[in-house]
Amino acid sequence: MVDNEILLEVKNLHVGYGAIKVIKGIDLYVKRGEVVTILGANGAGKTTTLRTISGLLKSTSGSIIFDKEDITTVYAYNIVSRGMSHSPEGRKVFGTLSTEENLFMGAYTLKTYDKDTLDWIYNILPRLKERRKQLAGTLSGGEQQMLAIGRAIMSKPKLLILDEPSLGLAPVLVRDIFKAIKEISINGVTVLIVEQNAKAALQLANRGYVLELGKITHEGISEELLNSTIIQEAYLGKKR
Amino acid sequence: MDIFLQQIVNGLTIGSLYALVALGYTMVYGVMKLINFAHGDLVALSAFAGLTIYTSIFSNGGTSIVAVITVFLFTAMIIAVVGVLLERFAYKPLRTAPRLSAVVSALGAGLVIQNAIMLIWGPNMKIFPSDLFPSTVYDINGVVITFTQFMILGLSSILMIALYLFINKTKMGTAVRAVAINQDAAQLMGINVNKIIMIIFIIGSALGAVAGLFIGIYYRGITFDMGWMYGLNAFVAAIIGGIGNIPGAMFGGLVLGLFNALISGYISSAWAETFTFTLLIVVLIFRPTGILGETVAEKV
Ligand SMILES: Nc1ncnc2c1ncn2[C@@H]1O[C@H](COP(=O)(O)OP(=O)(O)OP(=O)(O)O)[C@@H](O)[C@H]1O
Ligand SMILES: [Mg+2]
Repeated sequence: MVDNEILLEVKNLHVGYGAIKVIKGIDLYVKRGEVVTILGANGAGKTTTLRTISGLLKSTSGSIIFDKEDITTVYAYNIVSRGMSHSPEGRKVFGTLSTEENLFMGAYTLKTYDKDTLDWIYNILPRLKERRKQLAGTLSGGEQQMLAIGRAIMSKPKLLILDEPSLGLAPVLVRDIFKAIKEISINGVTVLIVEQNAKAALQLANRGYVLELGKITHEGISEELLNSTIIQEAYLGKKR
Repeated sequence: MDIFLQQIVNGLTIGSLYALVALGYTMVYGVMKLINFAHGDLVALSAFAGLTIYTSIFSNGGTSIVAVITVFLFTAMIIAVVGVLLERFAYKPLRTAPRLSAVVSALGAGLVIQNAIMLIWGPNMKIFPSDLFPSTVYDINGVVITFTQFMILGLSSILMIALYLFINKTKMGTAVRAVAINQDAAQLMGINVNKIIMIIFIIGSALGAVAGLFIGIYYRGITFDMGWMYGLNAFVAAIIGGIGNIPGAMFGGLVLGLFNALISGYISSAWAETFTFTLLIVVLIFRPTGILGETVAEKV
């Protein structure tokens, strides 16, 4: 399903907060249909990278090309309708809106929400259907994460960006979440995912990048990274 | 009993006006976490602008439904534009500045509007004509309702129901609530936060404008500094109801209006303000987030 057309390309990206430089010149690309993961320790700059790609932060230099268009200076709210959707770190569901209203907000850029997409989401994340009238703030952490993912695909994106979807979840739920992401990817959505759970992420992904202190130190196809001793020691918790 | 029912009617009338104004405070606070201290002065500006529009376009006088509708629509539009400009120039540049800067800017903007009113219309009280509404009086078992009161109660109810439906049942209204909860997440949905803030200022200012016109028509005497008094009462109403909460502002306005009217009827209107703040303190002691304030906490 992966074709050779590049959907997202980030070139020589630099990002900072005021005087603090966080991303120091990274290059990465995602092909249409791929699942790509970015691994890295806490504070490496993964979230910063994703927020810059989706337009919430502006880069100091470098460029971001999405679907053949330069979106480096486009505002976040204008990027969604171009086919990119970002489920942010910490879920950020709208707590005083119902589950269903959260999903409708996910489809904000569409004239009306797509019934088939909604049914599909309820199908792969059935808990959301049970909870559709409940306020999102009263959902469990796992349910909120499912909602954050469901909400992100309501806009029918070409590229889905996920920032630590398994953060703070019990192993059973992590499995459910990864199953759902796999399902989404099989249905033709390209996925860029940041994860602490490096093993699960590499098993899901076609390729991966390793980000350290704002620079990409390793990249390759998932099997290579899974078998690399450096990666195993740093991110997969294996001792030599 | 008659005086009680009569004060209920009077209280609901003034309470509706407080509620209309309180909605402006609460919506801006809900979305921007900012107290728009200039809001009361927009209400005053509306009364003066409305008076000028009425007397200059309809100088022949006489009640005409067309005249009244024109005055309301024109004035609401003008005040909405002023509200949007206020946001654009006094608040937008300070969005990322410390909270206090925006508060100082709000107080300053209020003074600017107040002084502009004084420069344009003079420091003395202006009197609204008495013929905008018919002087019909309805007597229901000894309780008197004037046509003006009837209009205030009716139009305020319609506007508040419309606002409630807009916020809770429409896509745009849901987006307003989403922006109030988390602006970053709202942007990731494709929501233009600036546009939502503009809509908030348009709606809040237009509702304040309707209240300002009714204040002129109902009380007739208007002064350049009256925005302060009405603004303060409406602000208290918003806090009593739970600032940031739309039904809360409506509820707080009505409660405060009723409370004021009963104090004025049974004790003395001189005590109204003292009791207003006593009520505020009592509410805040028992319900620090206001009567309908948020109880559902967002899980982090
Ligand atoms: N708003 C901010 N202002 C200043 N510095 C920030 C801000 N946000 C992040 N940083 C800094 O930028 C660096 C990268 O942060 P970022 O959140 O991108 O890391 P991350 O790789 O996502 O980490 P984690 O795995 O903990 O989520 C950190 O040193 C962080 O302290
Ligand atoms: Mg992060």
